[in-house]
Amino acid sequence: MAKTLVFLEHHDGAIQKNALAVLSKAASVGDAHGVVIGSGVRDVAASVNTTVWVADDERVAAPLPQPRVDVIAKLVRDEGYDTVLFGQSVLAADTAAGLAARLDAGLNWGLVDFDGTQGRAPQLQDTVVVEVGWSSPVRIGIFRSGSLDVGELSGANEVKDAAVELEDFSTAAEMLEQAHAEQQGPSIEDADVIVAGGRGLGEPEKFSLAEELASALGGAVAATRAVVDAGWYPYSAQVGQTGKTVSPKLYVALGISGAIQHKVGMQGSNVIVAINKDANAPIFEFSDLGVVGDLHEIVPKLTELVRARKS
Amino acid sequence: MDRSGELAISDFDTYAVEEALKLKESAGEGEVVVVSMGPERAMDALRKALAMGADRAVLITDSALEGADLLVTAKALAGALEGEAPDLVLFGQQSADGGGAVLWAAVAERLRRPVISQASELTVDGASVTGKRQTEFGYDSIRAPLPAIVAVSDAINTPRYPSLKGIMGAKKKPQETVAPSAAGDAATTVVELSPPPPRGEARKIEDDGSAAEQIVEFLAEKRLV
Repeated sequence: MAKTLVFLEHHDGAIQKNALAVLSKAASVGDAHGVVIGSGVRDVAASVNTTVWVADDERVAAPLPQPRVDVIAKLVRDEGYDTVLFGQSVLAADTAAGLAARLDAGLNWGLVDFDGTQGRAPQLQDTVVVEVGWSSPVRIGIFRSGSLDVGELSGANEVKDAAVELEDFSTAAEMLEQAHAEQQGPSIEDADVIVAGGRGLGEPEKFSLAEELASALGGAVAATRAVVDAGWYPYSAQVGQTGKTVSPKLYVALGISGAIQHKVGMQGSNVIVAINKDANAPIFEFSDLGVVGDLHEIVPKLTELVRARKS
Repeated sequence: MDRSGELAISDFDTYAVEEALKLKESAGEGEVVVVSMGPERAMDALRKALAMGADRAVLITDSALEGADLLVTAKALAGALEGEAPDLVLFGQQSADGGGAVLWAAVAERLRRPVISQASELTVDGASVTGKRQTEFGYDSIRAPLPAIVAVSDAINTPRYPSLKGIMGAKKKPQETVAPSAAGDAATTVVELSPPPPRGEARKIEDDGSAAEQIVEFLAEKRLV
């Protein structure tokens, strides 16, 4: 049975939903503990129903990967974890890769499932599903965001202190400033419903159409690379090859052609609805419901109907 | 997996090459070396970077590296980089085939150097490099002493196209093929490949004025509203 340690990334005092989902998956196939790293994070660690290691130290306050490798590598060696799992993020990917090199452990990424010995990962732009394994004593894996649901943890919380012993090179990089974008509503990684806008919106102000529909559906707003590059919407909302990979229960694509670079970021969505005036747009090839029409007429009506239904 | 096609430099890597060339140009001195790992014909791909303006190319190649995973690749690259002893190692955002964004952090660990990833801005100031990192939450400004490892995002610049003169000159630039100083066994395995699960039946409608109603009906059917 796998003895797994899950990296519990936190932001603004809460653990990322993606990391909690990975923890509940790991708990369903073996023993699963968590590790929370930061400064003033004891309460965060105490919020999870399992054993949680906490490295609560000013020196690991900034979200930089290399000090995290030090903390996790020591836990793996001292406590005998055979598996370390992460939910995808910039910080998690860098930490996982550094850890793999430190421990000479195999790293599989893009996972959507794990059974305690093997993982499953769609690869080559999701044209093939690969059952992946590890031949090293320690397995390291990164899960796609949105690939798992958060399940209940039946254990009891126990917070244990993790040692913070840092390598010289791990502390060489320093955080000068963190400028965090203001978040309105749920983040796209955590949302069950995403309304995404592309060039077809016509102008940046028309993102209000996506925002209003998202708010009616209780979802988050995403954007294509084209409109992010054009400055219409922040990078944190970008879905696709150079942005985030999401798999919500519902993905509504407004004025998005569906280029492969966008497709790879959202094709794992449960249900895809697309509205586009171009009947030949590639997005219709992988939509569950494709609507050929003018989104500027359809979306306001749709928002009203959804609101009426919910009230 | 068919890997017999023409090997091209990854689009993502052209941003790293461009940034290196810009740093050299603004410093007025320095050398830009492009390093890759792959079969011998991968040198053709490195020649594009030489045509853009890089000074020389090093290709790590060995039949033992076929099917290399992250660990094997990181070891081979770190071995070559130790020999080169550069002030700054730049990576592109992700490899175009594997889609993974992980290599630089493993190489940095092997070399015991600081790493900055997803940099959408980069400044080198004497003995340190400062990068603006794009994350899920916004932008971080991170500074590290040189030598350092930096992975740049594709928002950092617009890569130049090689000029005809550059393309002609590339052939004469030093191109070295080296064997890996250290090879190891892959620590990950591919157990089985299968096709992705098919999507359900797709419906496509033209808006006749009732599209909004039809969408709501569809969402209700799927229990999404």
